[in-house]
Amino acid sequence: MLKRVFGRPEKHRIYIKQLFREIDSLGVNSVWIVIIISLFIGGIMTIQFAYSMSNPIYPRTLVGLGTRDTLILEFSSTMIALIMAGKIGSNITSEIGTMRVTEQIDSLEIMGVNSAGYLILPKIVAVVFIFPFLFIISVFFGLIGGLVTGPLVGVISLADYLEGIRFLFYPYYVTFSIIKSLAFGFLVASVPAYFGYYVQGGALEVGKASTTAVVNTNILILLFDLILTRLLLT
Amino acid sequence: MIRTNNLYKSFEGTAILKNISSVFDRGKTNLIIGRSGSGKTVYLKCILGLYEVDHGEIWYDEKNLVETPQKERQKLRREIGMVFQGGALFDSLSVNANVKFPLDMFTNMTGKEKIKRVDFCLDHVNIERSAQKLFPSEISGGMKKRVAIARALALNPKYLFCDEPVSGLDPKTATVIDKLIQSLTKEFQITTIINTHDMNSVVEIGESVLFLADGEAAWEGTNKEILNTDNKKLNDFIFANKLYAQMRNRNT
Repeated sequence: MLKRVFGRPEKHRIYIKQLFREIDSLGVNSVWIVIIISLFIGGIMTIQFAYSMSNPIYPRTLVGLGTRDTLILEFSSTMIALIMAGKIGSNITSEIGTMRVTEQIDSLEIMGVNSAGYLILPKIVAVVFIFPFLFIISVFFGLIGGLVTGPLVGVISLADYLEGIRFLFYPYYVTFSIIKSLAFGFLVASVPAYFGYYVQGGALEVGKASTTAVVNTNILILLFDLILTRLLLT
Repeated sequence: MIRTNNLYKSFEGTAILKNISSVFDRGKTNLIIGRSGSGKTVYLKCILGLYEVDHGEIWYDEKNLVETPQKERQKLRREIGMVFQGGALFDSLSVNANVKFPLDMFTNMTGKEKIKRVDFCLDHVNIERSAQKLFPSEISGGMKKRVAIARALALNPKYLFCDEPVSGLDPKTATVIDKLIQSLTKEFQITTIINTHDMNSVVEIGESVLFLADGEAAWEGTNKEILNTDNKKLNDFIFANKLYAQMRNRNT
């Protein structure tokens, strides 16, 4: 299927138009959910770090540092990818699957359109393109969540938190997570597209394919997380 | 003209089409009829090249599809219009955009030329201008079929395929769709193949009828001959509908 997906487009202009549509529907529409989740998780992590580091031998700055590094290394890349696999992945499978069972894909094929390329390539490019931005947005709002919640509930002072999130910062962590985001973006678009494209039957099968696609994407994300962490971080 | 010679297709060792030979003339509405499971859809999909045949020939005028490489097939497909059972309109596009889609994809027409062509196609299938901005989910089944026909006509096809074009429609709308396909076939001199099990369609527009039974071409003729045939399998198919049995009794 990938050979057909990356085949030469019939008309580049149409694909580019389709790409912008996908960036809007799959990417921009996901920004709000990423912001909301990141704000809450940032706040929750700050409270939990503060609780687990309540021993006076730990400097209070570790709370900010722990929140920042967890967001950058794992949450904003892997956890956001797992959440997006549910949101974007099920959307892709059900959209393409419905097109399959209602003969819209056959219709494209008979017109002479490379249906796999036309339907899947713009989605893959759009999701791979948007994922690093979602990662950056998530880190930013996660830190804001901690910044607001920590001092508000009284587990850490604003000054300690701010010092913590600036303490021992390694830019490579961001590079590492952006590489992960790109890989996860590819998985989140391509695996559900595969399940949608080859679905057979009716609405029930499309629903089942969506579930299977999300489960498989999640497993692959975790597997790739392990592989990339091993390759790039240790 | 489309011609098939000894078309044979099997799935996992089970023969579905058994050496079917037939000719579908240009400017005529050619119907393929038969009971469910008789092989009509497989036959149509083989002719369209969606299924590879085990052996046999499929001639589109002077070109044998079976021996045509995939890239050439893509080009040939641009001369084909297809109307699916459910219309298969693209849900995310308006009526207007659905008809414009093949023009965007395969022509270098200017915006104005495209609008003109879309209007021309939609006018031919009697879709009002006010309906052009609607989406497929907002229009009736009959309108979906008409829009699908308009989309199939957009690239001025030489060949038109219709899979059960009137299924699920009321008899009056079904007749309108049948007549529309027939008039467009005549006007643009298209080779039209219609897959149906609707006897009203057979009687109304069946200028050439191929009856498939158990994967074989069991009968060929016209709508004028079909009610008086002594082919048992065909009679079982036709006169399952009591109305046609009464019609025959009246004629005899």
